[in-house]
Amino acid sequence: MSETAFKRMKDLPSTHLLGAGTPMCAGCGALSALHEIYDVLGPRSVFVNAAGCMTLLSVYPFTPFQGSWLYTSMASAPAGAQGVRDALDILLEQGRMPPEEDLDVVVLTGDGAAYGMGLSSTSSAIERGLDFLYICYDNEGYGNTGHQTSAATPHAAKTSTSTGPGGHPGYKKDLFSIWAAHQPAYVATVIGSEPVDLARKIEKAKSLEGPRLILALAPCPTGWEFEPRDAIEIGHLAVKTGVWPLKEYVDGRVVHTVAPEPRIPVEQYLEKQGRFAHLFEPERNDALLGELQARVDTYWASA
Amino acid sequence: MTRELLTGNGAAAWGARLANVDYVPAFPITPQTEIIETLAAWCDSGEMPGRLVTLESEHSMITAAGAAAATGVRVFTATSSQGLLYGMEMVYAVAGWRAPFVMVNVSRGLGTPTTLESDHTDVLAARDSGFLQIHCASCQEVLDTVLMAYRLAEDPRIRLPVIVNLDGFYLSFTREPVSLPEPDAVGQFLRPYDPQRTRFRASAPTSQGVAVLGGSPYSYFRYEAHLAALRAVEVYGEVAAELERVFGRRHDAIEAYRCDDAEIMFVMVGSFSTKAKAAVDGLRRAGRPVGLARIRLLRPFPVEELRRVVSGTRGLAVIDQNLSMGKGGVLHSEVASALYGEPDAPAILMSFIGGLGGRDISPEELYEIASETRKAVEDGKAPPPRLLYTQDELREIRKLQTIAEVERHELEEPDR
Repeated sequence: MSETAFKRMKDLPSTHLLGAGTPMCAGCGALSALHEIYDVLGPRSVFVNAAGCMTLLSVYPFTPFQGSWLYTSMASAPAGAQGVRDALDILLEQGRMPPEEDLDVVVLTGDGAAYGMGLSSTSSAIERGLDFLYICYDNEGYGNTGHQTSAATPHAAKTSTSTGPGGHPGYKKDLFSIWAAHQPAYVATVIGSEPVDLARKIEKAKSLEGPRLILALAPCPTGWEFEPRDAIEIGHLAVKTGVWPLKEYVDGRVVHTVAPEPRIPVEQYLEKQGRFAHLFEPERNDALLGELQARVDTYWASA
Repeated sequence: MTRELLTGNGAAAWGARLANVDYVPAFPITPQTEIIETLAAWCDSGEMPGRLVTLESEHSMITAAGAAAATGVRVFTATSSQGLLYGMEMVYAVAGWRAPFVMVNVSRGLGTPTTLESDHTDVLAARDSGFLQIHCASCQEVLDTVLMAYRLAEDPRIRLPVIVNLDGFYLSFTREPVSLPEPDAVGQFLRPYDPQRTRFRASAPTSQGVAVLGGSPYSYFRYEAHLAALRAVEVYGEVAAELERVFGRRHDAIEAYRCDDAEIMFVMVGSFSTKAKAAVDGLRRAGRPVGLARIRLLRPFPVEELRRVVSGTRGLAVIDQNLSMGKGGVLHSEVASALYGEPDAPAILMSFIGGLGGRDISPEELYEIASETRKAVEDGKAPPPRLLYTQDELREIRKLQTIAEVERHELEEPDR
């Protein structure tokens, strides 16, 4: 990345735009990422929200946003963004609204919607070339309902609907690649514990037009079973172990923006989370731990 | 003013064009598709300044419609049947946004079994959503009603979306002469949309569609929307009078056809009522005092007007082109609840189910309904609800079942 205002931590915005006092859980990785995103994005925006944890940010008559908000449904937030963007464009084209009244249209959705129920409307909005920013906070489960297995849940994680000895038998869907296959203007992964990388990516997304999609890994103390004070550490480990590759797709190419070198063992990330405790107790599951490490190694071998 | 031969779908599209709609989120479904094709052609040729966008589902289409209306532009959309049900989550949701727009529904029976032909079970699934609902019986009425619907939806006293219903095939594909009003006249009747505070602007941040905690605020906002819908009865009267003043045509909430001295009345909704009118004329020629109350405004339900129209009548024959499984005709229940306990209400309230999935209602059946209702009035007792279904139809079904049975045996025992 070149031409960035964010070279080091002290370049990050010092005034914070998103209000405090939300009903989010202590240590919520989605909220910390959203704080950082909103600081760069600014309040001249309308957040079109899909059903998820963040729906509870705006509960009548309060909102932490300085800008606007529209709650839609679990499946159709991108279609809501389409309606808002089209209406603003019509008003601008016909001179019925001055340009300074224009807004950035932002979809805010969890992984339950983004990876599953809302994937059709997301794919279609990208295909139509909708000029919008799409933020998925990925806490790897249906967090708002008590962390059931979603299409974003990683292999072997226990959830409230994957309680067997091996945890979740499936594999996390590669949403980044699905989005990139649509050839949108921009796709990036981020995490709140890497704020400079995140800020640069939002800065870049803001400078582009068309569909721009941000996938934020959101460590979740209640769903992943760790202490809220460890949220940032868990995020650091997700990156250092290579479990969560920080990358971007732009101009038809995927580039890794952070290359953890050397990568530390995946089990250092897993052992800090209750959802993976069955891999270590009552006895170590070396086969499964080996498989999880091998999958990460395979990814980076081809990256 | 020019007159053109238009289908019901063509009339709906002309209504949207004359209303100067800004935005049309669209999705195809039989028998509605002609509406969006017509609008798309006008948008592409530049005859209509609006923007049409094809979404990937009705769920998304209705979301986009509500979201654009919530941003402050005039929105039109259209659907039918399974599409309306696919979007039903958003039908209820966007009504709560109090963002006004107009959606045409071209009625078609719901699966299963699958059909393309008309009945009202689809649109009645939206009855309790907060959308106002108006049913048409002619192509002229479709055009006029789309214009009326914008007046109702956008009225600051109401601020609710409106469904305008027309019957699939019988009205959607039937050509009738339609007067196309001049744009100037339409401009007198329907002013440009003023979104007031229902909009998104950088200088005036707003939150729409937010959650509430607890039943108290929920009850408040739901009941407020209900009261707004109820106010639409009065506003409808104003709008109908205004339409008559500007265009010389009047469409009352209930069309009372030869009702003044009627002892017996058909009560129904939609385009089959034109056949009931012919039956009323025939019965009148035979000296039978029969009338027709055709309900146009289904939500809000015009309770007082219905009581007035049927007052003095001895028997009502409600013909429902829908079926609420385990209860019966929806209109029958609506009428019963509006009239129960009224001192002038007719003693006899009959229920007939007819026209499901486009099945015709014949003149003979309408005469038979009148005669059965008359007999019930004389006996002082209404018989149980009846399905309009003939011996011949039953025989045809038995033939189909016999073929199905033979073919099944062939599959199960091919060497028999």
